[in-house]
Amino acid sequence: MPEPYVPKEAIGHGDGGSAALAIGEAESLERRPGAAPPGAGPPAGPLGKPRSLWSDAWHDLRRNPVFVLSALVIVFLVVIAIWPQLIATGNPYRADLAKAQQGSQPGHPFGFDTQGRDVYTRVVYGARASITVGVCATAGAALLGSLLGGLAGFFGSWSDTLLSRLADIFFGIPVLLGGLVFLSVVTGTTVWPVVGFIVLLGWPQISRIARGSVVTAKQNDYVQAARALGAGNGRMLLRHIAPNAVAPVIVVATIALGTYIALEATLSYLGAGLKPPTVSWGIDISAASTYIRSAPHMLLWPAGALSITVLAFIMLGDAVRDALDPKLR
Amino acid sequence: MGRYVARRLLQMIPVFVGSTFLLFFMVYALGDPVAAMFGDRAPDPATAAQIRRDLYLDQPLWKQYVHYMGQIFQGNFGTAFNGQSVTELMASAFPVTLRLTIVAVVIEMVVGIVLGVFSGLRRGRSIDTGVLLASLVVVSIPTFVSGYLLQFVFGVRWGWAAPSVAPEAPLNELLLPGLVLALVSLAYVTRLTRTSIAENTRADYVRTAIAKGLPRRRVISRHLLRNSLIPVVTFIGTDIGALMGGAIVTERIFNIHGVGYQLYQGILRQNSPTVVGFVTILVLVFLTANLLVDLLYAVLDPRIRYA
Amino acid sequence: MRRPGCAKWGAGALAVALVATACGGGSAGRSGVVSSSWGDPQNPLEPANTNEVQGGKVLDMLFRGLKRYDPKTGAAVNVLADRIETKDSQHYTVTLKPGWTFSNGEKVTAKSFVDAWNYGAQLRNKQKNAAFFQYIDGFDRVHPASGAATATTLSGLAVKDERTFTVALNQKFSSWPDTLGYTAFMPLPQAFFKDHAAWVDKPVGNGPYLVDSYDKGSVLRMRKWAKYPGADPARNGGVDLRVYTDNNTAYTDLQAGNLDLVDDVPAAQLTHVKQDLGGRYLNQPAGIIQTLTFPMYDKRWSRPGSDKVRRGLSMAIDRAQITQEIFQRTRTPATDWTSPVLGKAGGYQAGLCGAACVFDPARARQLIKEGGGLPGGRMTLTYNADTGSHKDWIDAICNSINRTLRDDRACVGAPVGTFADFRNKIAARTLTGPFRAGWQMDYPLIQNFLQPLYYSNGSANDGKFSNPHFDTLVNQANAATDSGAAVAKFQDAERILAQQMPSIPLWYQNGSGGYSERISNVSLNAFGVPVYNQIKVN
Repeated sequence: MPEPYVPKEAIGHGDGGSAALAIGEAESLERRPGAAPPGAGPPAGPLGKPRSLWSDAWHDLRRNPVFVLSALVIVFLVVIAIWPQLIATGNPYRADLAKAQQGSQPGHPFGFDTQGRDVYTRVVYGARASITVGVCATAGAALLGSLLGGLAGFFGSWSDTLLSRLADIFFGIPVLLGGLVFLSVVTGTTVWPVVGFIVLLGWPQISRIARGSVVTAKQNDYVQAARALGAGNGRMLLRHIAPNAVAPVIVVATIALGTYIALEATLSYLGAGLKPPTVSWGIDISAASTYIRSAPHMLLWPAGALSITVLAFIMLGDAVRDALDPKLR
Repeated sequence: MGRYVARRLLQMIPVFVGSTFLLFFMVYALGDPVAAMFGDRAPDPATAAQIRRDLYLDQPLWKQYVHYMGQIFQGNFGTAFNGQSVTELMASAFPVTLRLTIVAVVIEMVVGIVLGVFSGLRRGRSIDTGVLLASLVVVSIPTFVSGYLLQFVFGVRWGWAAPSVAPEAPLNELLLPGLVLALVSLAYVTRLTRTSIAENTRADYVRTAIAKGLPRRRVISRHLLRNSLIPVVTFIGTDIGALMGGAIVTERIFNIHGVGYQLYQGILRQNSPTVVGFVTILVLVFLTANLLVDLLYAVLDPRIRYA
Repeated sequence: MRRPGCAKWGAGALAVALVATACGGGSAGRSGVVSSSWGDPQNPLEPANTNEVQGGKVLDMLFRGLKRYDPKTGAAVNVLADRIETKDSQHYTVTLKPGWTFSNGEKVTAKSFVDAWNYGAQLRNKQKNAAFFQYIDGFDRVHPASGAATATTLSGLAVKDERTFTVALNQKFSSWPDTLGYTAFMPLPQAFFKDHAAWVDKPVGNGPYLVDSYDKGSVLRMRKWAKYPGADPARNGGVDLRVYTDNNTAYTDLQAGNLDLVDDVPAAQLTHVKQDLGGRYLNQPAGIIQTLTFPMYDKRWSRPGSDKVRRGLSMAIDRAQITQEIFQRTRTPATDWTSPVLGKAGGYQAGLCGAACVFDPARARQLIKEGGGLPGGRMTLTYNADTGSHKDWIDAICNSINRTLRDDRACVGAPVGTFADFRNKIAARTLTGPFRAGWQMDYPLIQNFLQPLYYSNGSANDGKFSNPHFDTLVNQANAATDSGAAVAKFQDAERILAQQMPSIPLWYQNGSGGYSERISNVSLNAFGVPVYNQIKVN
């Protein structure tokens, strides 16, 4: 495994206690950026000192139009996911085969799908499952991946070997095989098996990225300096390495969010995704994909909704990343 | 260096055992493959029992696994249910998928890094926004949608490319599927490069290089790019494994008889020799790619040394 | 460790690799040869081991048996058989026509048949069609239900001379000769037994084509056998069967001029197929019926009164609208449990199902209510998601039922990932609601549509329907020597299905196909498979 060439006295291996501390802190650190409530003061860490980094970031974000716009879109999407009936009065299950594949008409702006269901209503109702899958799977994979990857990169030695090889084992599993097995063993029509499966599949990728950036961050002079000044492992990880290593993770995670929503569609296409009566963009996109020629509107609207969601999350992630990176200030 | 490589190679053994067992278990968990061989008829019990005996399916899982591994170490990867030896299948499938992967990786590297560098150097300008939007659109379209779409537009409407790939899978026919395969990863590469570049443009060593009066081109290619490529290289390394095994959808749409196709058939027919055999090789490819990535780290970042 | 030039060198190597490999490939000349879509057969291409349509279509090109089903009418006509005689519908004497050989020069003799059938029946050869030999005397010794075989040959088969052999059955079976067109009954050359591995790599038969090369899982190239002794030689230079995993791709390839023939036009392309292909689109009845089978082994579906629920569900399905909107009329609403390709004389009778197969929401609601409603108020329709586009029509049926019952959640489709898993769930009897079943006939006889599917413990009786009256009528029909009387008995049995509704007949499936401007004289046979040997290359 990579062992950075650094002065001997600077190499320290964490004992169990500090590793556990680091785990707790890394988690809180991952949760903060996006979810900090408006006006929240600087969160006090276990080390007792106010963290100016986060309040600085919040200060920046509030003035960033990209952040405000994407946050508004996301809030809107979340509201729709919780209360779809706010903007859609129809019934997503109501089917009238006589109207199959018909285009836009009064009262039905997006037209009808193969079953003669109203596409607009289904797009609105589909937000819930798709956003749940995307957000929960990304959160899970990012937490698990950056935690394991970060620790592996920071501590090196056998823990690095163990975690990296574990990631290797998971990487080898083909998506389709994993999906079919997981979803045939775990029956039921909720979104959670799909979320769990995507987390299981997604964490190794994020852990590799996290590990790589921690290894790089560890080399920086200020980290070496902090180490030389006697900073403990937890403090090192939290104050010096994590803020610098978290940027690539956020970038990959925001893109991953999009691919996870798309992956849910691919799983549906291969017959291993969400199951009806769940309504999701993925189910509708996969059902419409072969009708690309005869009824493109069936594909356009759910795919468009998916694109907007992904755009909002990527822009948000970008803005948060910029705000978090002290070097860019 | 040598010791490091040897250690990594040794570590492949537990990963190899772990993943083959996991796979074996997964195919096993899918259930009994024999019933499906009889189509819509209930299998005649005597014939079904004979088939199970011959395929070792009547043994407990661990015995099946030990038997299978024993065969592998003798170079025998078993036989698919339709009578072909898995080695034969691999010999025909892997070269095809390897070519497809090369095409995809070249596309994602060249296009992704170029776009990433441009948008990273011009953060916030229109080219940056344009690339962001383009990569977003690409990410948000599932492969099977872009596959069918490009296939129809290029293959039928405009007739620029063959909509499917001949059994010999010549490279020119693989360009279109390679592009489809590269699309999603392309967005990752672009964004990772952009982020790294943007970060490193403000690094001291770049400022120093500029202050020294080095020409801009040299600063970018020699100093900036080299240091910015570390996360990108990591990603591409891990992506090679994923591309080789994850092309199930692309290979299906373009009718490419490669690894994804064989895996798809094997999984649907619950043919454990095919699935485990192919994925075993994929795992080895993947592990090797990872090792190379870690070695490349050292090339790109002189501060990293391996003992 | 520093080697700045490394990355550049790497990129250069890739470019070289690209150029070097770019020169490979290029398709071979295909003058006079038809290229057609194909699915990878599940089993080795042995006659007694091929039980699905993809392998079957190859064997139909490579082999000729005692009988063959006429491509137009579906009637069983003698090919290698000169005559098949019997006095009691149980003991048969088969006489072969002279002059037939395998493509390797070997003569086709009575021994070619007897050896092939013995091979197919033997347990240790684990041939999937072994059950087709079960009516021949001695089958239980060659292929016991449990334990080891006590004989290696069927006692009911005896070679009399080079062109004659006798067959003794273990029961009366008047239409047995008509089953002999099935692939399991094809003759095999001695080469098959001498070097089995080589034969499987490159099968040798006695049909109008011979195998040129076989890249398994990819392409099978067959060429015309110039010395074919039969009356139906190939009218083209050969056929290349190319494996496709996605029939949408095959269709796209046809449009792009990359392929000559697809024998399955996917549902998503049906709306524009006429616009794409004009007159080069085939859509005609085939011996395939789609049904929804009830799990009769489940008490909730077989309690007294639930026949009303089953009939009510059948009446809740708007077959006409679904075949129109989802299938673009490539399916015909079913009104009995057989297929129109049998013809009236063969036992097809339109409307035999009566009112129970006609859409009538009011009556359906009433019947289901009288029968005690759906078990638990909910039902699932299980299907396999990996092959065919079943999702669309399953969802449409559920929507039709839900509209009838005025309940959005009454019926929901339940996809199963793989066909294998689907079959296992059926075999294990774990499905608690109706599931899809598609039946493609093995031979065009009404017996094949009824006995395997609804006779007690029939080989494809997945719902485990059992009705003594039905069984008696089938036995009587099989014993009848007059084919008209036999058909009448079978139809009486079928009327019990209309009452009990152990499975809902949905629609008769058409064979569909499309072809390029390069070829002509393309037609489908009664099984929905193209008649390859008649295709002409323009």
